[in-house]
Amino acid sequence: MAQKILVLLGTRKGTFIAETDTNRQSWTLRGPFCEAWPINHVIADPATGTIYAGGGNAWFGPAVWKSTDLGASWTHSSEGLAYPEGTEPVKSVWSIASGNGALYAGVEPAGLFRSDDGGQSWRHVAGLQEHPSRPHWQPGGGGLILHSLVPHPSDDKQLWVGISSAGVFHTADGGATWEARNRGTRADYMPEDQRYPEYGQCVHSLVMAPGMPDRLYQQNHCGMYRSDDGGQHWDSIEAGLPSTFGFPAVTHPRDPATLYLLPLNGDTAGRYVPDARAAVWRTRDAGASWQALRDGLPQDNVFFGVLRQAMATDKLAPAGIYFGTNTGELYASADEGESWNCVAQHLPTISSVETLVVAG
Amino acid sequence: MPENAVPLAASSVLVVLPAALVALFPGCPRQATLSAATVSEVIAALNTRWPGMRDRICDSRPAIRRHIHIFVDGERATLQTRLAQGAEVLVMTAISGG
Repeated sequence: MAQKILVLLGTRKGTFIAETDTNRQSWTLRGPFCEAWPINHVIADPATGTIYAGGGNAWFGPAVWKSTDLGASWTHSSEGLAYPEGTEPVKSVWSIASGNGALYAGVEPAGLFRSDDGGQSWRHVAGLQEHPSRPHWQPGGGGLILHSLVPHPSDDKQLWVGISSAGVFHTADGGATWEARNRGTRADYMPEDQRYPEYGQCVHSLVMAPGMPDRLYQQNHCGMYRSDDGGQHWDSIEAGLPSTFGFPAVTHPRDPATLYLLPLNGDTAGRYVPDARAAVWRTRDAGASWQALRDGLPQDNVFFGVLRQAMATDKLAPAGIYFGTNTGELYASADEGESWNCVAQHLPTISSVETLVVAG
Repeated sequence: MPENAVPLAASSVLVVLPAALVALFPGCPRQATLSAATVSEVIAALNTRWPGMRDRICDSRPAIRRHIHIFVDGERATLQTRLAQGAEVLVMTAISGG
């Protein structure tokens, strides 16, 4: 059966959809959708094909937009997407994930909401904010945001979240109680004797290896890490990378030892690609070694960065890899990163990239 | 409302909405005539006609959103501002964006 691949782009000025066939060479672009609101994350529920876009507008506040016709039409809702009266209001939706039989939204200021009716209404998962560390959470450069949502694939009580800069937290009881899971990750911005705290680390992205729910990877403000016990302990896998700093981390759709990163040159060095030469870095051995993938990527005077949710794979074989830049370009590889093409440019700053494969 | 409070008499008022807001609610006109005694009641009435509109105008403090301004007969208003018969309630988007 013919298939088409939709690459879903959240941008500073709305949602865009880049579309191609299984050859992934010829592309069309649609958008902007969602009334050109700032959109931080666009996902598709693979079970239904429904597309969700989360963001926040300076005038009208936070909302999750929804399309059940692959982007042709959209509705929005923020019913229940609010903290109690008298507290700081929700400013924006930062991340969305489907899993555990529900839809989750991570927001700024950091908190978690759950929808059991496909995004029509939301309820606050208050247990996360009841964690004793909550008064000490500090915002990172992007604000105090819950940006990573990792549901367990078979246990609907388990969920991991990443908060900048509070760290990784895990629930095993559906969100009632939470445990910080940051052991082994550094906080270089703390005094020397306080660099491995229980919480307060600046996780930049958190992902799960396919078929191995206990294996997590995280790109941190201060290093790259792998855990093989659900985040209870983390080991550095940054040796061989050009930088300890970057934002996105993306797992291969089938191989739990293969991971893609886009390191930047450092938090105080400009936050663009090292040596102004673009490269995706790949490991095929769970972080023991890394290779730079540059074929087709610009190698002179490149000063873009890639934001934390702006990289993705598709489910095809060989897997497609995609990343969007803060300068509005979308790059695509149809051969697992071996070669690249720029398939869209002149877009607004790209905040997120996700994919959906549908019959076409 | 407290048990012994006397309800304010509702007035017929003209509400003017910004284009960027009505674009979020298909079929919503730029102007509507409503019966309301306060700005808060105007927003409740708008939310009844177009579910979800309250969240676009107000946040959860609750208050009018930081970058939304509401004027009643030319004067900057709050949710508590009372409305006279025939008042014009102008909802505007403030200067913001980027």
